[in-house]
Parts: sequence; structure tokens; C-alpha cells
Amino acid sequence: MAAAPEIQVAIYSDQDIVLARQRGRTLAMELGFSAGDATLIATAISELARNIVTYARRGAIRLRSIHGSSRKGILVVASDNGPGIPDIRQAMRDGFSTSGSLGLGLPGVRRLMDEFEITSQPGQGTTVAVKKWKP
Amino acid sequence: MEVPILKQGEVLIATFQAALSDADLNQLRSGLVRQVVKLRSRAVIVDVTAMDVMDSFASRTLREIAHMIRLRGAETVIVGIQPEVAFAMVQLGLTLEGVATALDLEEGLAYLTQKFKNID
Repeated sequence: MAAAPEIQVAIYSDQDIVLARQRGRTLAMELGFSAGDATLIATAISELARNIVTYARRGAIRLRSIHGSSRKGILVVASDNGPGIPDIRQAMRDGFSTSGSLGLGLPGVRRLMDEFEITSQPGQGTTVAVKKWKP
Repeated sequence: MEVPILKQGEVLIATFQAALSDADLNQLRSGLVRQVVKLRSRAVIVDVTAMDVMDSFASRTLREIAHMIRLRGAETVIVGIQPEVAFAMVQLGLTLEGVATALDLEEGLAYLTQKFKNID
């Protein structure tokens, strides 16, 4: 099977956050995800793109369909060459507080999706890859 | 894309048209607070029916709007959060604590009418 074409959205500004999540929703609907799941995917993309704009200033969101042994899904990769995350374990802890500070929102993104992988090197950048499978 | 703000009696109604950028949301926040002061409004309804995604920034901005409006002595009601958007918000851990919500514009107006009646 030929590799699925990849959609790439360069992330530079808050406008690109909107574009990336709209592209993600469109792809999710094309792949047959329900409107509800497409919203979860679009929300996750919005958070990941926001982290890029806030912490790294620029980066990219890549989207493509994926095929497991018996199922189809969507892969979202958010990458940047920003400052990186010095303590990933801490970043993955739920930082919700009554003051409304949300930290990086990564634990929330993990809950929205089925699979979550993060690699980060201080000074080199961060890559977050998340997958959602069609039920 | 700017959010139009309509005036209906003592209530201001802001209806989100589509996906809004952070800049649009910030503009809405300052626009609403300015209008509430200028028009001496008693309440604001923010209709988010058309909103595709409510992420951390959007929900924080809505919370800020509600708190700023309250400091002016007026009330804010968020209406029209779609079921799938609500589900995503819960998964993300986002809350609109301390902010009134209603099913739709009609319910939002009914809530405010009741509230004003109790005050007057």
C-alpha cells in the first residue's frame, strides 16, 4: 500500500493554530471519525499548536492517516526547535489549579487521544506524536 | 474575524461566527468590557454555538470576560456549548467555574430575566 499523503501546517501565529485544527478535523472526518472524535482530535491539535506558538514561536503540525493490523487512525505530530522541556515528567503531571493556569496542557492532550509520545531535548526542541484510532 | 456585539435592551449578545483566533478572542474581551461600560448593560450573553473547538486559551478568555464583567456589576452567561465540545473540555480538564451557562440563547435570556426580576 502506498504511504498516505501527509498534510503539513507551518505554525507561526495564532491564525495557524486555527488552520491546523481545521485541517485536522477535515482529515478526521474524511477518515470516518465521528463528529465527536473529530472535535477531540481538533482540540488536541489546538493545544499542541498553541504550545509551539507560546514556547517555541515556530514549528509544524503534520497529519496523516495510519493503518494498524485491523484498524485505521490518525497521526498528529507537533514538532519544534524551541527551548525543549527540561523535565518531561513534571510537564506530564496535571498542573490544573484554581487560578486557571494550565501548564502545557499535555496531560489533557494525552486524555483526548489514544497514544501519546513525547521526545524533548533542552535547547534542541520538542516533538509530540499522538494517535487516535477509529473505534 | 471580529465578533459582532448586539444590544438587546440591557443585555449585550456576542455571537461567535466560526473558528476564532486568539487575537479575535482578545478583541472580543476588550470590546465587550468597553460596551458594557458605555451602554451600562446589566448582562452579557456569549453564544458559542458555532465554536468548533474550546481549547485552554478560549475557555480562559471566556472566564476572564465573565470575571471582568462581574467586576462591573453585570452578569455573563455562556450559551450553546455543543455536546462534543463539552466532552473535549472535560477531557482536557477545562472548567468554566463560576460562570453561568445555559443551553441556548433563549434559555440564557430566560435565566437573566428571572435573575433581574429577583433583584428589582
